[in-house]
Amino acid sequence: MDSLRVKELRSRAWNIRYTGLKMVKNARSGHIGGAFSLSEIMSVLYFDKMNIRTEEPEWEDRDRFVLSKGHATVALYPTLALRGFFPVEVLDTFRKADGNLSGHAEMRHVPGVDMSTGSLGQGLSAAVGMALAGKYAGRDYYTYAVVGDGEIQEGQIWEALMFSAAKGLDNLIVILDCNKVQLDGTVQEILGTGDLKAKFEAFGLHTLVIDGHSVEEIAEAIDTAKACSGKPHIIIANTIKGKGVSFMEGKNQWHGKTPNDEEFERAFEDLEKGRSEV
Amino acid sequence: MGEKIATRNAYGQALADAGAENRDIVVLDADVSTCTMSCMFGEKYPDRFFNVGIAEANMVGIAAGMATCGLKPFVNTFAMFMAGRTFDQIRNSVAYPGLDVKIVGTHAGLTVGEDGATHQCLEDLALMRSIPGMTVICPADGNETREAVKAIVKHNGPTYLRLGRMALETVTDIPGYSFELGKAVELRKGTDVTIMATGIMTARALKAAQELAKEGIETRVLNFHTIKPIDREAVIKAARETGAIVTAEEHNVLGGLGGAVSEVVTESLPVPVMKVGTKDTFGRSGNADLLLEIYGLTSDSIAENARLAIKAKPKGSHLGAY
Repeated sequence: MDSLRVKELRSRAWNIRYTGLKMVKNARSGHIGGAFSLSEIMSVLYFDKMNIRTEEPEWEDRDRFVLSKGHATVALYPTLALRGFFPVEVLDTFRKADGNLSGHAEMRHVPGVDMSTGSLGQGLSAAVGMALAGKYAGRDYYTYAVVGDGEIQEGQIWEALMFSAAKGLDNLIVILDCNKVQLDGTVQEILGTGDLKAKFEAFGLHTLVIDGHSVEEIAEAIDTAKACSGKPHIIIANTIKGKGVSFMEGKNQWHGKTPNDEEFERAFEDLEKGRSEV
Repeated sequence: MGEKIATRNAYGQALADAGAENRDIVVLDADVSTCTMSCMFGEKYPDRFFNVGIAEANMVGIAAGMATCGLKPFVNTFAMFMAGRTFDQIRNSVAYPGLDVKIVGTHAGLTVGEDGATHQCLEDLALMRSIPGMTVICPADGNETREAVKAIVKHNGPTYLRLGRMALETVTDIPGYSFELGKAVELRKGTDVTIMATGIMTARALKAAQELAKEGIETRVLNFHTIKPIDREAVIKAARETGAIVTAEEHNVLGGLGGAVSEVVTESLPVPVMKVGTKDTFGRSGNADLLLEIYGLTSDSIAENARLAIKAKPKGSHLGAY
């Protein structure tokens, strides 16, 4: 990937954060922490890797994306708007009763959303179903799923991983947003998940570990995954919850809390600084 | 009366037949395919039959994902683990996005028998009925099950199909029978009282009506193969014309057919509604027929409730009043 492209994808990640924060400010509600850990991942997927058509969101051969951690709409909706699935102004309806941008990802009314999610642990199974349907229909699209590192405490995640490995779903690329913080505290404090790489490998997955804020590493990991056949892939992306806003980084309080006016101001300043340093 | 067959066996054959005509039908099971009889589809179409192992939640999620890709998945396990264990997955991954997944719960009710309370689902109709947009079907025999499968293949939307373990006599092989989603079937005419039954209780309702006839009571018998949407028109007509109702189901009296009928009656035309079903209690291990007697799911119990319903009609009852 050339340096210009790297710069572009980094810059888009900051735009996703900035647009997401504006959306939360307007709604006075939304999950910031686990969206900001995801921004580089969303940038690489939607502006580089995914084969999609904004003018035909339900194109049968498109790559699929499932946000299994369905609360991270503060990353998903801005990404879809900035990519051109719907006008950026629509983001003003986020979490409002007279709009369609539900707090958690919703597929029926939001162009570009491939699966409704929100009840943790469920999205990955749907992604597995999409990958399985692709194999059955002989279509060569990829299905991407973003799963949270707190979310994997749900047993259904492991059912889905076990199944995907048993069926050799190499058209499934799972990205674990490993931000190490969940609602009530750090993952380690609440329910430590141990050696994830060893666990995923033992489950039969092709496992990669990367810096989830490096657009180069994300892109390279996806290319590596695509080159390896016979197994589903999981990319453990080490990230920082609340990335980009100094007072939010690594703090569980910012899982779903709404900043006050002064905090919004400081957060926007931090994001502008981040964007300017790209 | 014709053949005697369990609804799950009729289902297995009907699903395999449907698979021949429709390549979009895919079938998933959670390690009980030789009990749910989805194995009959699997034998014919191994490339679109998926045994996911003992992982019901994942099965429902996979089906949801496949449905987003234009396929028509049927998911299968015992009613207890289908409607009970995966309620959240059915609600949020299937019904909320309005996906075309057929949810089949077999071995419903007390008639699982010896396996006992953990496997006797008496709550599934209530659970599934409470989900917006869900169609809920409970056939009375093998014949009706085959018709139900044809109908739900055509229907686009989340659907729950409740089936049983025990072989049932055929009660719907009558002239002019046709299966229409949401339409109750009149199996016997009558003006004194109406028995509204579903599933295994339909045959018992007919037997009760024969007993009541000996006493000069003319009993209407309506078979509700569709619990949701409930046939409001048939309920209101029966309330108006017979003035007394008994519901009969192999399910808790809370929230199932009795609940659905009561909701219509109390809003539209209040008449006495007596409910035959399990009385807010768990089942127990035992012979299926014996359990039905212990819990009062018999033709005698239906007949007794019909007499009580008639007695409970207000003086100068609703008959002719509307």
